[in-house]
Amino acid sequence: MIKLNLDTPDSSSVLKTLKVGDRVLLTGTICTARDAAHKEIKNLLDSGEKLPFDFSGAVIYYAGPTDTPPGRVIGSIGPTTSARMDAYASMMRQIGVRAVIGKGERSDKARETFMRDGIIYFIATGGCGALLSDAIKSCEVVAFPELGCESIKKLTVEDFPVTVAYDIKGESIFK
Amino acid sequence: MKIISSAQLEDAVYKAASKMCFDVDKNVESALRNAYKNEQGVAKDTLNDILQNIDISRAKHIPLCQDTGIVIVFAEIGNEVFLDCDFESTINAAISKAYKDEYLRKSVVKSPIERKNTGDNTPAIFHVKLVKGDSVKITLCPKGAGSENMGALKMLAPADGISGIVDFVVETVKKAGGKACPPLIVGVGIGGDLEECALLSKRALLRDLTDTNPVRSLAELEVSLYEKINNLGIGAMGLGGKTTALAVKVEAYPCHIASLPVAVSLMCHAARHAEVIL
Repeated sequence: MIKLNLDTPDSSSVLKTLKVGDRVLLTGTICTARDAAHKEIKNLLDSGEKLPFDFSGAVIYYAGPTDTPPGRVIGSIGPTTSARMDAYASMMRQIGVRAVIGKGERSDKARETFMRDGIIYFIATGGCGALLSDAIKSCEVVAFPELGCESIKKLTVEDFPVTVAYDIKGESIFK
Repeated sequence: MKIISSAQLEDAVYKAASKMCFDVDKNVESALRNAYKNEQGVAKDTLNDILQNIDISRAKHIPLCQDTGIVIVFAEIGNEVFLDCDFESTINAAISKAYKDEYLRKSVVKSPIERKNTGDNTPAIFHVKLVKGDSVKITLCPKGAGSENMGALKMLAPADGISGIVDFVVETVKKAGGKACPPLIVGVGIGGDLEECALLSKRALLRDLTDTNPVRSLAELEVSLYEKINNLGIGAMGLGGKTTALAVKVEAYPCHIASLPVAVSLMCHAARHAEVIL
């Protein structure tokens, strides 16, 4: 098991050394974005407007949690199906994203785009929203609050368990 | 004649809807534990995550999965029951309250085109059957979209026969890969017409995981599909292994001489449902 702190300066070079199938415990900052947030970001980029959040160096988690009950940082929050975000694969480098976290295989086109752009695709275990919620230590809505569960949330995670699904050589865990 | 008031119905559905997202069906859990024993490597690690998730969900009262679904309501209403209420509105009110009180995700949009969230996870989807008797049985099934989006329906020709049915079901599961969150329960509907066979495939998901189909030919088809699907090697969350399906359930209905409709509904490993009997 590899431990990686995303908030350290050398984390980008460590990301590039990861190989398909590596189990990694992520610590540091990630942010959520799924269907609606990706669409909003694209609309803003298309109309030349400023983004409400700086994604440079970001690690995006495709997820929309349940509401937060009193006494917890966040509700249940497992990954959603990544393939729905394939249409936005080339937008990731444009906004500076280093890695994405989701579940399931993606189109060959998305995989090749990530390989070209040096973006890592991690998977977290789907349907494990309770387990993954426990690894989240803070949560702050940073953009599109009107999208509810689909708003962009900045999360601090500690030992958040993921597996490398596509490494920067474009190798895939899905046979 | 049994009279069921709006308050009785709302209270019972509220209690069931409040609990259903925090635990997996018992037989599904047993099947997952057996699968864990039989797997190794990444498949075993993934099943370990899934089993740990079940324990954490129970212990800390966190929904098993963030996708707490759109609620499908299967109701069987006895002919000796008088429902002194607007059935669908009462159930929707109970679901709305449960989703609010339990901080469950609101995953329903009012229009599939404009896509504005209704804000309370209603309306539910209703399938009502009138039966003999003096009771009402309601099964609530919070269905997530990861598995639902990978379901499929095909109008086969009668000449396609059993092999056409098997090919379509296996191909649908193969295409779903890891996206539907395997290990899956695979519901298959055969016959009826376009909408009836889709409904049969959904009802198949409600069957006891360990039961045997009373119709011999369907029982044999279930075994054969189960073997073929698990030979695909998709495995837990699509990462390979022996466990792609925990069970395959087939339901059939008479159909037109020129038709052979087949539908496949997939249920993810976070298989949840709740039952209310009044």
